Amino acid sequence: MNFPILTSLIALPIAGAVLLLFIRDEERNEPLIRNIALIVSVLVFAETLLLWTRFNPASADFQFVERHAWIPAFGIDYFVGVDGISLLLLVLTGFLTPIALLSSWESVHKRLKMFCVFILLLESAMMGVFVSLDLFLFYVFWDAMLVPMYFLIGIWGYDRRIYAAVKFILYTMAGSVLMLLAILGLAYLHSQGTTGEYTFDLLKLYAMDVPRSQQFWFFLAFALAFAIKVPLFPFHTWLPDAHVEAPTAGSVILAGVLLKMGTYGLVRFAFPLFPEAASFFAPYLAGLAVIGIIYGALVAMVQPDMKKLVAYSSVSHLGFVVLGIAAMNTQGVQGAVYQMLNHGVSTGGLFLIVGMLSDRRHTRLISEYGGLKNVVPRLVAVFFLITLSSIGLPGLNGFVGEFLILLGAFRWDPRLAALAATGVILSATYMLWMFQRVNYGPVTDEKNAKLPDLQPREWLVIAPIVAIAILMGIFPNLFLKPIEPSVNRLIGQVSQRSSQRLQAGNSELRIPN
Amino acid sequence: MSSFNAIVPMSCVTAAAIAAMIAEAFRAPGERMPIGPLGAIGLAGAAISSVLLWKDGASSFGVVVADKFGLFVTFILIIVGVLSLAISEPTIDRERLPRGEYYALMLFALAGMMLMATATDLLIIFLALEVLSLAVYVLTGIRRDHALASEGALKYFLLGAFSSAFFLYGIAFTYGLTGSTRLDRIGSLMAAQAMAPTPMQLLAVGLLLVGFAFKVSAVPFHMWTPDAYEAAPPAITGFMSTGVKAAAFAAFVRVFLAAFEPLRPSWSPILWIVAAATMIVGTVVGVSQSSVKRMLAYSSIAHGGYLLLALLAANDVGKAAVLFYLLTYAVTNIGAFGVISVLENTDQPNDRVRDYAGLWYTHPALAALMTIFLLSLGGFPPMAGFIAKWYVFSAAVKRGYTGLAIIGVLTSVVSVFFYLRIIVMMYMTTTDTPARVPPIPRMAGLALIVSAILVFYLGILPTRVLDWAAASIATIF
Repeated sequence: MNFPILTSLIALPIAGAVLLLFIRDEERNEPLIRNIALIVSVLVFAETLLLWTRFNPASADFQFVERHAWIPAFGIDYFVGVDGISLLLLVLTGFLTPIALLSSWESVHKRLKMFCVFILLLESAMMGVFVSLDLFLFYVFWDAMLVPMYFLIGIWGYDRRIYAAVKFILYTMAGSVLMLLAILGLAYLHSQGTTGEYTFDLLKLYAMDVPRSQQFWFFLAFALAFAIKVPLFPFHTWLPDAHVEAPTAGSVILAGVLLKMGTYGLVRFAFPLFPEAASFFAPYLAGLAVIGIIYGALVAMVQPDMKKLVAYSSVSHLGFVVLGIAAMNTQGVQGAVYQMLNHGVSTGGLFLIVGMLSDRRHTRLISEYGGLKNVVPRLVAVFFLITLSSIGLPGLNGFVGEFLILLGAFRWDPRLAALAATGVILSATYMLWMFQRVNYGPVTDEKNAKLPDLQPREWLVIAPIVAIAILMGIFPNLFLKPIEPSVNRLIGQVSQRSSQRLQAGNSELRIPN
Repeated sequence: MSSFNAIVPMSCVTAAAIAAMIAEAFRAPGERMPIGPLGAIGLAGAAISSVLLWKDGASSFGVVVADKFGLFVTFILIIVGVLSLAISEPTIDRERLPRGEYYALMLFALAGMMLMATATDLLIIFLALEVLSLAVYVLTGIRRDHALASEGALKYFLLGAFSSAFFLYGIAFTYGLTGSTRLDRIGSLMAAQAMAPTPMQLLAVGLLLVGFAFKVSAVPFHMWTPDAYEAAPPAITGFMSTGVKAAAFAAFVRVFLAAFEPLRPSWSPILWIVAAATMIVGTVVGVSQSSVKRMLAYSSIAHGGYLLLALLAANDVGKAAVLFYLLTYAVTNIGAFGVISVLENTDQPNDRVRDYAGLWYTHPALAALMTIFLLSLGGFPPMAGFIAKWYVFSAAVKRGYTGLAIIGVLTSVVSVFFYLRIIVMMYMTTTDTPARVPPIPRMAGLALIVSAILVFYLGILPTRVLDWAAASIATIF
């Protein structure tokens, strides 16, 4: 019996959270609470790294699989495993959680214990989403994750936090309940098949041939849930609110990990389960993605608030990811998965920087700043590197992902690639413009003249992000290698089944009435 | 003697109720008597006898059958009873309610509910319905000096009496058609002539449907619910929202899915509309309430809609889903009303949503418990409410009621909105004048914790209870 490493990824944060519940929330216990939470999250990160080293990058199969019957009467199993697509997302989650905790070191004092508890519960649910291979289990984690995030935004957020928190939870739920019905329908459909088995096992459902008329509805239900999560234009309106109002730690996790669940869901569930519907809807998804890329960038350009700017830039960047997925070729999907990681690192970094600035000045308005370069040179240097990484400068992480996605998109439909490429230019415009206004020129406001530079703790938070950004830019193969076999398997799965049907004589796909 | 076996559980409860009345009669003024524990003993007796009956079942006089289905509901009612007794104590003390009467009425109501869950004869069902209803009417108005209480109780009583008449009239028509009030005979006779239902049959079904719809507060027969729920002391509201519902649904299932199953094509479209309307009205109107009790009253109406959906699906999943849902709803809702009950103060009901402002800062444990119950009502994993809803929706999808299932999931999102309002108040709003909360009695606190544990247990490890529910429906259909 091997050590159940995936279960421990889910269980360890919960255990930490339970442990914290037994500590009194008093001021003298503050260091203890912080240290316990930090140690637990670092341990989890170490485990994800261990997972990576043990992972066989040549295999496309699910590894470290664990399976236990959970509700046998309905064919529900506790069934978890990782492949190349989810592996690095787990590492990303493990990486960002301690950083998020550290970033709140100074800014969160109110009800610190529960803050740490919710972060740990959130981590556990996020891990659960990425490792679940049973649709029911997946949905449980998917929904359970909303609750801690809701509290994080609602209790520790900024002024309009309640509005943002409620909007976040209702939007996401509204999308996902229809997916729940689709999941039930899918399991029921499987029970109608040859085996007569009622199951939520993803691998068995992969193998099932879903009738075309049902594929469309199922795909739409899944795609809606994921599109809201991504968020894909026009379902993005919850995102700026949630991002802006969330505390820094919440924003980092929200942008870094939560949004990836939407794109991960498309790759893991929506496309391979319903390949024909997926190939039918792919151009529409790509169209929305391209609109999102350009729209997000344009709106980001005019934001007076740095956090809002970064939030809209997420809409734009995630558009690239969806475009890559919709292209459904090796470069596109590989780029998409890579870009998910990049976005987690660089946008997480940007939110941290904005958080540091707003901790110092208690404002996030660009116009309140100016000339920071001479005041806090180190912070600005780091800011600059992360800005470049977000723009996608060659040599840093962002470039690799965007390049691969554009390559994949170009092979699929050059027009979309051409339009999407303007997003790259626009992103340079809004990011650099913002950077210029904040950091160059004379110090216009007296209050900015005496800001302290990076503290040792802040170095600890931001240095890993910068290091990873450079590492991912220079040695992309280190990260791409484990992704590749799984991506190829996925593409094989999707294209083979959708083309089989096409060749069988049904040459035209139509929406059923 | 064996023919009495099936009524042993409810006899234990009845005996406890009589004992409570006698104790009250002999109580010297001002003397404190442990009448609550008497009820607990009676319920323990009911629990033990039900466990003994579980394996083989029993039948008394051909009209009361302790099959697994009835016993499952009896277990739910026992849990409801124990939790309600535990959370009643603070209310009785504070409001100076007559202790003996209060418990006696509660126990009589429980006996009636148990009878209703196990009865297989329309007349016995009616009898049980009246036993439980009369007790609950009185309990609703037990705070006599409370203005709202008299109004709510009177409304409940008048409308309830009206619906009982409908129900009785339906029984009369059924008897006229079939010459029997036994469910099994009605079923076989209906099956013989079901090809083209006569107007008389439709009338009988319709009248009975109205009677049941009233008791489970289905739209459009839900008008009494918010008033009655607001009028009663919170412990009683928790008791009747779960107990009455459980008993009424048990009889509803027996009558419609056994006796009137052959007429399904006639009643299912009506029930479809009723279920949809119940879910929609319950949630949409719930959104605009400012009183927590009224809000939970509308939430209770909406949950009735989900139960109707499961009943309508009527496959093996659906019937078991009714049972599981009733159990889940019972522990969750009594928990929520328990919190309301301990928050209540002599001069302040603390019943407005805004009274919950900042509760987390003053009473973190109470706020956490309330959050657990509300999230479970909203259907979030890993709470019990999620599994229950999932069970109901999977029954509906399996039967092909996709449209109704879509209405169900969308209304459950809307309902989350109003559950969240309370959570927002508790955690995210601060106030200068926090609600003054009396000290929490130990028994009530314990009951709340037990409810919360059950909520998690049913949400994370539901397998065993799901199996029991599945076994329960196998015995009668």
